[in-house]
Amino acid sequence: MTDASVAQPVVLTAERLQIAPTRRRREVIVRYSLLMAALGTVVVSALIVWSLVSEAWTFITGVAWADTWGQLGWFPRRGLYDIPTIVIASIIVTAIAMLVAGPLGLGAAVYLSEYANRRVRAWLKPALEILAGIPSVVLGFFALTWIAPNLVGRIGKNTFLVVGVVILAGYAVIAAGVARNRIKHYRGSGAEPSSLIVAIGAIAVLVAIFALVGAWLLNVWIEFAPARAGSLAAAGIGVGVLTIPLVASISEDAMAAVPDSLRQASAGLGARRMTTATTVVLPAAISGIVAAFIVAVSRAIGETMVVFLAGGAADAARFTDSPFEGSLTMTAAMASLASGTDSVVGEGLTFQSLYFVGLMLFAITLGLNVVAARFVARVREAY
Amino acid sequence: MMSRLSDDRSRAAIAASIEKRRVDTRGLLFRTLLQACLLLTLALLAVLIISVVTNSTDQLGTRLGDFLSGTLRSQSGDDRLGVHQGIYGSLWIAVIVAVLAFPVGIGAAVYLEEYAPRNRFTEFVEVNIRNLAGVPSVVYGLLGLALLVKGNLFGLDRLTGGSSTLSAGITLAILALPIVVITAGEAVRAVPVELREGAYGVGATKWEMIRTQVLPYAAPGILTGTLLSMARAVGEAAPLILVGAISGRLGNDPGLLDLSALTDQFTALPIVITTWTVQSGRDVGFTAAAASAIVVLLVFVLLMNSAAIGLRNRFEKKRG
Repeated sequence: MTDASVAQPVVLTAERLQIAPTRRRREVIVRYSLLMAALGTVVVSALIVWSLVSEAWTFITGVAWADTWGQLGWFPRRGLYDIPTIVIASIIVTAIAMLVAGPLGLGAAVYLSEYANRRVRAWLKPALEILAGIPSVVLGFFALTWIAPNLVGRIGKNTFLVVGVVILAGYAVIAAGVARNRIKHYRGSGAEPSSLIVAIGAIAVLVAIFALVGAWLLNVWIEFAPARAGSLAAAGIGVGVLTIPLVASISEDAMAAVPDSLRQASAGLGARRMTTATTVVLPAAISGIVAAFIVAVSRAIGETMVVFLAGGAADAARFTDSPFEGSLTMTAAMASLASGTDSVVGEGLTFQSLYFVGLMLFAITLGLNVVAARFVARVREAY
Repeated sequence: MMSRLSDDRSRAAIAASIEKRRVDTRGLLFRTLLQACLLLTLALLAVLIISVVTNSTDQLGTRLGDFLSGTLRSQSGDDRLGVHQGIYGSLWIAVIVAVLAFPVGIGAAVYLEEYAPRNRFTEFVEVNIRNLAGVPSVVYGLLGLALLVKGNLFGLDRLTGGSSTLSAGITLAILALPIVVITAGEAVRAVPVELREGAYGVGATKWEMIRTQVLPYAAPGILTGTLLSMARAVGEAAPLILVGAISGRLGNDPGLLDLSALTDQFTALPIVITTWTVQSGRDVGFTAAAASAIVVLLVFVLLMNSAAIGLRNRFEKKRG
C-alpha cells in the first residue's frame, strides 16, 4: 500500500553512467573512417612510388645505356634518350627562373615585411596572391606570345651579359654579407670550430656556383645567337614570374617570424631601417629565405606547361647549353611524349622512358623539399 | 672672450647638425629598389592580363556566344570554333575534385589534428603529406596514366573508361588532396581550446564536439583552402596531357549535365589553351582563340581565388 506512493530511489550503476551504445558505436565508426582518410594519403604516396618505379625499372633494365649519354640529343621516337640534353635544359631554365624570381621575390618580401604599412599591404598581398593563382598554362601562353618577342627577342649580346652580371653580383654581395656575419658570430661566441668549417664549406660551394654561372654567362655571350620564337630563356623568365609569389610569401613568413624586439633593439641603437633590414632581419630569417629559394628551385624544375609551350622544341631536341635556343627540359620531354597524335604508345621503350624521367624528377624535387623542410624547421626552433 | 665666441659657434654648429634634415641617400635608394621589385612584379601581372585580354577581343568581342558553345576545330576561322567541350571537362573535373578530395582531405585533417596520437607513425603521415604537396603535378599525371588509364594495378581502366573525364578528375583530386589536408589542418588547429572544453563540459562525445564546435568554427578556413585547391586543380594542364586529354579533333560534345559522357574521351580548358597555343605557330588566328579560352579559364579560377581570399580576410578581421 505504501510502496506505490513512494518513488523508487535512483540507483546509479556503471551501466547508467556509460553513454548509449549507439552513440558509442558512432564514435568508433567516425574515428575509423577518419583514420582511413588519413591512411589514404599514405596509399597515394605508395601508388606514386610504385607506378614510377615499376615502369622505370623496365626502362633501366631494357635500355642500351650507350643511347642515354653523349648522343646528339633527345629523340625518343628514334630510341635516343640523351639524358644530359634534358637535364642541362632543366638546369638552364631553373637558373634563369631563379635569376628572375630570387631578387624580385625577395625584394618584394623585404618591402612588404619591413616597409609597407598596413594599408599598402592590404592591397599588395592579394595582388601577389592573384599572380600565384594564375595557372601555369596561362604563363606559358604569355611567355611564348609576349616574353619571347618583347623581352628575349630584343636582348642584345651586351644587355644579356650586363643583366646577368648585375644580378649575380647582387647575389654575391648578399652571400658575402651573410658569410661575414656568420664568421664574426662564430668567432665572437667561441662556438665549436666545426661550425666555422661548415660556414667556410658553404662559402666555397657558393663561390664555385658563382664561378660556374659566370663562366656559362661568358660562354653564352661569346656564342650568342638571336632567339627564335620559343627558347629556354623565354621559358625560364616565364617560370621565374610564376615562382615570384612563392619566394615572396615564404621569405615574408620567415621575416615575420623574427621577433619585433630585435628590430626595436636595432632602432634603439640608432640603426636606420635599411641597416635593421639588412643586418638584423635578413640574417635572422636566413634559414627561411634559403628554404624559399630551395622550394622555388623545386617548383621551377617541376614546372611543365611554361617550358612545354615556350621552350621552343616540339617532340625532339638537339643538345644545347645556350638559353637562346629551343630545347626540352625533363618535364617538357614528358609532356611532348604524352601529347602528339600517337599518344604515349610509341616504339620500344618510349612509354617507359616517360616514367624514368618522372622518377628522376620525383627524386630531385623530393630531395629539395626535404632539405627545405629542414631549413624551415630551424626557423621554428630559433624563435 | 675669444673662447666664449668659439663655444657659441660650436654650439650653433651642433644645434644645426641635429636640427638639419639630412637625407639618407642609401636608405632611400634601398627602399626605391625594393619598391621597384614589387612594382616590376605587378607590372608583369598587368602586362599579362592586358596582353591576354587584347588578344582575346578578336574572338570574344565578336562572337562570344558562338565561342562558348563551339567545339575544337582544325581551322581558327571556323564558325563553330569554341570551348564548349573544354568547359564540360573542366566543370566535371571541379565537381569530381570536390566530391573526392574534399571529404577525404578534411577527414584526414580532422584525424591528424584531433585524434592521432603523438607518435612516430603520425609524424610520418604528416611529413608524407607535406612531401606530396611538393610533388610536381606532371608526376601525378604519370600516376593517373598507370593506375586509371592503363589499369596497371587494379584494372581500374574498366571503371574509368581509360582516358576520360573521370580519370582526369580522379587524378586531379589526388593532386589536390595534400593541399586540402594542409589548409584544413591549419583551420582546425586555429579553433580555440575553450570551445572544445565547453563542449566536453556539457557532455559531448569527441565527434559531437568536433561536429558542433570545431567544424563550424573552422568552416571558413576550410572553405578557403578547398576553394584554392580547386582553383589550382582546374588550372592544371600537365597531368591532363599525360592522362590523355584530346588535343586534336574531339568527336563528342556532350551537354553540360550529361553524366554518361564522363567515361568518354575528353578535353578541358587548360588543354584547349595548350592546343591552340601550339597551333598558333602554323595558324596565327589561334592566338586569339587561345587568349579567349584563357579569359574563360581565368574568370573561373580568379573568381574561386578571390572568393577564397575575400572570405579569409573577412574572417581574419572579425576574429582579430
